[in-house]
Amino acid sequence: MATLETRSPSIDAGARIGLREAIARQGTAFWIVAALLLVMPLIATPFWLVQIIAYAIILGMIALSLMFLAGYGGIVSLVQMTVAAFAGYLVAILGDSAITQISLKWPWWATVPVAVVLASLFGVLSGALSVRTEGIYTIMITLAIASAFYYLSLQNYTIFNGFSGFNGILPPVFLGVDWGGDVAFYYLTLGSAALAYAAVIYVSRAPFGLALQGTRDNPRRMAALGFNVTAHRIAAYGFAAVIAAFAGVLLVWYQRQISPGTAGVGPVVDILIIAVVGGLSRPIGPFIGALVYVLLRTFSLDLLELVGLDGKRFQLLIGLGFLVIVLVSPDGLIGIAERVKGRYRRGREARTAEMGGPGGQP
Amino acid sequence: MADFVTRRPIRSVLILLAAAVLLWLIFSVWSPGMEATFGRKRVFLSALFNGITLGGLYFLVASGFTLIFGLMRNVNLAHGSLYLFGGYLGYSIGELTGYWLLALLFAFLIVALAGILMQVLLFRWMEGQDLRQTLVTIGLSIIIADLLLWSYGGDTFQVTTPDWLAGPIQLPFVVALRSNGEAVMMNYPFVRIAILFGAIVVGFAMWLALNRTRIGMLVRAGVDDRDILSATGVRVQLVFVMVFAFGAGLAGLAGVVGGTFQSLQPGEDVKILLSSLVVVIVGGMGSIPGAAMGALIVGLAEQFGSVYMPTYAVMLTFLIMVAVLAVRPEGLAARR
Repeated sequence: MATLETRSPSIDAGARIGLREAIARQGTAFWIVAALLLVMPLIATPFWLVQIIAYAIILGMIALSLMFLAGYGGIVSLVQMTVAAFAGYLVAILGDSAITQISLKWPWWATVPVAVVLASLFGVLSGALSVRTEGIYTIMITLAIASAFYYLSLQNYTIFNGFSGFNGILPPVFLGVDWGGDVAFYYLTLGSAALAYAAVIYVSRAPFGLALQGTRDNPRRMAALGFNVTAHRIAAYGFAAVIAAFAGVLLVWYQRQISPGTAGVGPVVDILIIAVVGGLSRPIGPFIGALVYVLLRTFSLDLLELVGLDGKRFQLLIGLGFLVIVLVSPDGLIGIAERVKGRYRRGREARTAEMGGPGGQP
Repeated sequence: MADFVTRRPIRSVLILLAAAVLLWLIFSVWSPGMEATFGRKRVFLSALFNGITLGGLYFLVASGFTLIFGLMRNVNLAHGSLYLFGGYLGYSIGELTGYWLLALLFAFLIVALAGILMQVLLFRWMEGQDLRQTLVTIGLSIIIADLLLWSYGGDTFQVTTPDWLAGPIQLPFVVALRSNGEAVMMNYPFVRIAILFGAIVVGFAMWLALNRTRIGMLVRAGVDDRDILSATGVRVQLVFVMVFAFGAGLAGLAGVVGGTFQSLQPGEDVKILLSSLVVVIVGGMGSIPGAAMGALIVGLAEQFGSVYMPTYAVMLTFLIMVAVLAVRPEGLAARR
């Protein structure tokens, strides 16, 4: 596990590059989207701000944790939504809710860290349980763990308050700001998501992330090189669980209630769908997938009735869309976008070559 | 058998001892003291039999699941949907014709056909891409679930039990003694006994087909090494289609069976899928005897759990799974 601590000098050098280069390296699209997200409260109505964008960002964070595991570690875990829901439950149990006989009424600065730590621990434990088997088995075992948690929360009344769960969970007020307000909550989720996004990108380039990608591509060779494959995978579960746990805290503040349905088999699979539809190859994929999912979910009623179908057929729409994406483009919407871009670029290069010009840089 | 006894003497003695205790519990007349600690014997016996017959149903579903997984490495997460599809089909055919056996047969055939279509149209084109196949099955399960909800609604259905299967039969087990010393025998629904019998017959037939026929030989060889099998000139695709059809058909058949002694409603697909997942994880993935063992364990755990610790019945099943994963990650019956 020595590789987890040592940092190679080249990465340090990379971190010291100038601000100008750092800005230029991200590309224009990145800065346009970032600027747009920052001024969003000026443009969007509260409904769009919170119900669509903030919700999509939260789901995107949970899917991001799955993308980290699946994209860099080759581990398709269905337990991420459960980790998030567990963190949400802990916020309700330790903090304040309308179920006064269970909630312990801790202040938020005690509740949130404890919730995140315990939920991450849960993620690590389920990781430790499922890494012992490989590849496609993981999906089965994590699905089983996820549904075990669902049934536990459904049947336990002393801690999880059974079927009805908890309601009346309010975001905290601190620094003189009510974080439950539309704009404040939007910036809170945006900030958390940006941090999570940056953390994933950083870790994916750090030695640990590189070693993890090595275990994805060839675990046997990595083991022969002296890397502890199992430890790397469990650590990856841990890192992903921290992101999912923070997202879970945001989720419970967004919903202001939590019940077993949050962690049911449906939502658990939805996270996988979001991550796959967006694309597992890049950290931005899950957020795109989440936005598409939330938009579909919100407007499917109108959309379906426009086509003349019953508005209740939302699941059919999601299922068909998912199936088409999986069949057409295994790397999701990002993959489609990249192929379109690649074709466009190739076409332009071909045209400049035909004209006999020296071929300008795209 | 003898080999096992010589290799693991202590374990064999423990197993024999447990079997003896179980037999004694079943056949003896319980004293008042025992009834005070374990509850009434009638409850114990019915939990035992319900568990075993439920295990029979789980075996029917999970054996198809595990066979498909073992041969094609395809985690068919639409297996529960096939079960529910078969159940609804059986209900409709049963209502239409009035013959239960006909419903059973046609549910098997139609769902097997659906399985063939799935294999030929979809999975054939993404061979070796485990994850993509699994994702496709997830998409399919969502679509099938919604289509079924669309056509059958959210109501609960039950396949009508035929007359010759209806009613209870008397089993030769003493439940209690009347005050005049007369023994009260146990009554048990005949349909459940018949289903258990059917599951055993199916299991035995599968064992025979796998171990005594040429096709079975091909399937076993494919489970061990698919690439070498195709390199020897066998038309692997044909074997795949047949196995997928059979596995899917079994799920459809199990749907009718489950619809007869339980009920059919939306959500049942997920429940059955989860049960078969746990069954194959506990038993060992790709192994038919493992599926039988796992089905029995899960069925018993669910029933005893719901009798003796009702709030945590489902948790008990998952605890067993976690314990097996911690001790033998590849399942109880795995050869590795």
